[in-house]
Amino acid sequence: MTLAPPLDSNIISSLKTGDRVLISGTLYTARDQAHKKLVELIAKGKKLPFDLNGQIIFYAGPTPRKKGSLVGSIGPTTAGRMDAFVEPLLQNGLKGMIGKGPRSQKVKELLKKYQAVYFLATGGVAALLGKCVKKSEMIAFPELGPEAILRIEVENFPVIVASDSNGEDIFK
Amino acid sequence: MREINSSKIKETIAKLLTKAACDLPKEVESAIKISYKKKGISNLEKSILKELIDNINIAREEKMPLCQDTGTATIFLEIGQDVHIIGNLYKAINDGVTEAYKNLRKSIVKNPLSRENTKDNTPANLHIDIVPGDKIKIIVLPKGGGAENASFLKMLLPTASKEEILNLIINYIKENGVKACPPLIVGIGLGGTFDSVATLAKKALLRPMNIFNKDKKIANLEKILLKKINETEVGPMGLSGKITALAVHIEVAPCHIASLPLAINLQCHSHRHKEATI
Repeated sequence: MTLAPPLDSNIISSLKTGDRVLISGTLYTARDQAHKKLVELIAKGKKLPFDLNGQIIFYAGPTPRKKGSLVGSIGPTTAGRMDAFVEPLLQNGLKGMIGKGPRSQKVKELLKKYQAVYFLATGGVAALLGKCVKKSEMIAFPELGPEAILRIEVENFPVIVASDSNGEDIFK
Repeated sequence: MREINSSKIKETIAKLLTKAACDLPKEVESAIKISYKKKGISNLEKSILKELIDNINIAREEKMPLCQDTGTATIFLEIGQDVHIIGNLYKAINDGVTEAYKNLRKSIVKNPLSRENTKDNTPANLHIDIVPGDKIKIIVLPKGGGAENASFLKMLLPTASKEEILNLIINYIKENGVKACPPLIVGIGLGGTFDSVATLAKKALLRPMNIFNKDKKIANLEKILLKKINETEVGPMGLSGKITALAVHIEVAPCHIASLPLAINLQCHSHRHKEATI
């Protein structure tokens, strides 16, 4: 099965926990500090650096790219650290998250409530995943260094549906 | 007395860290390959282990970092007492880190609260031992943040039984192992003090994979733990399965009559380390 964001409600409801999916299209990277900043902007009613509608956030901070290459190594960081920031982003249209490791019960309920999905990517295979990235551009928070928000274009990026919009969870 | 210029230390550290990021030690690679060939593992487990093997090959061939988290530059120096170092040792070490991390992710912030990036991955997390001889042994262990976050320290009662200690370790990994990117290498420190037990657990990671402790009683505990941890069925990436740990190493140290310090330092499957003697 292949996916291309933006994700609509038909796609979301068709994704079931355990499904293996290839994503081709746009992802936005954001880690801990970027989440803190995004949620602060939402709280202040300010404009976000990108439109969240239907989009997927990838919990990642890549290595620098080498001369002549498109991107460095990239892979998921522990998703649980972002749990507390998930709801405001879902309220603003976010439909997918890619990370590693389990989520809180609260996040699973939010995925059901806002009809969104949490995907797993394998941790520690960042050279392999880096090969799927075809384009990368920094779009916000350059001061965060490796935690800046990037817009990346991926091709056949492999993920597993970990928590679907029915509240099912791959981590029992 | 043998003189070693600090520039030699800088160069060696830069070279070792650069290599460690992209070239997984063969012993770790073979442990993963042996797991992949094990009978009775699920298709999902097999496919994740295959990704790890493919990743090792791409990283080595294309000199791409194995993991985006190129870690805290953890460095162990064993300095021969007959060595005279010319120049500033600490500066040389951090200059070596700066050099290596030009092309790696800079994951260190200046202050835990202000969170401003140091932009060169310094300072190194440094451990120095003075040993006999006129050489310097340098070991680098770039350590990822996720596995480090999932590590553990507890001051146990000195009357704790072996079973209690083993159960605590097994249950801890059952609950938390998933966060450290399994299959894991488990470093355990037993004894010492509050501060030294954590270093002991980290040093346990440096022992060659599955070379058991020289003390047969401790070696026996390592074997029991490896078996029991794999029976937790946490599995690769926590998606359940038979392969949760690749190795368990325990190091012990003398301790106070009132104490029994325990530290568990978890290491992800991307167990990157390199060493050289100058």
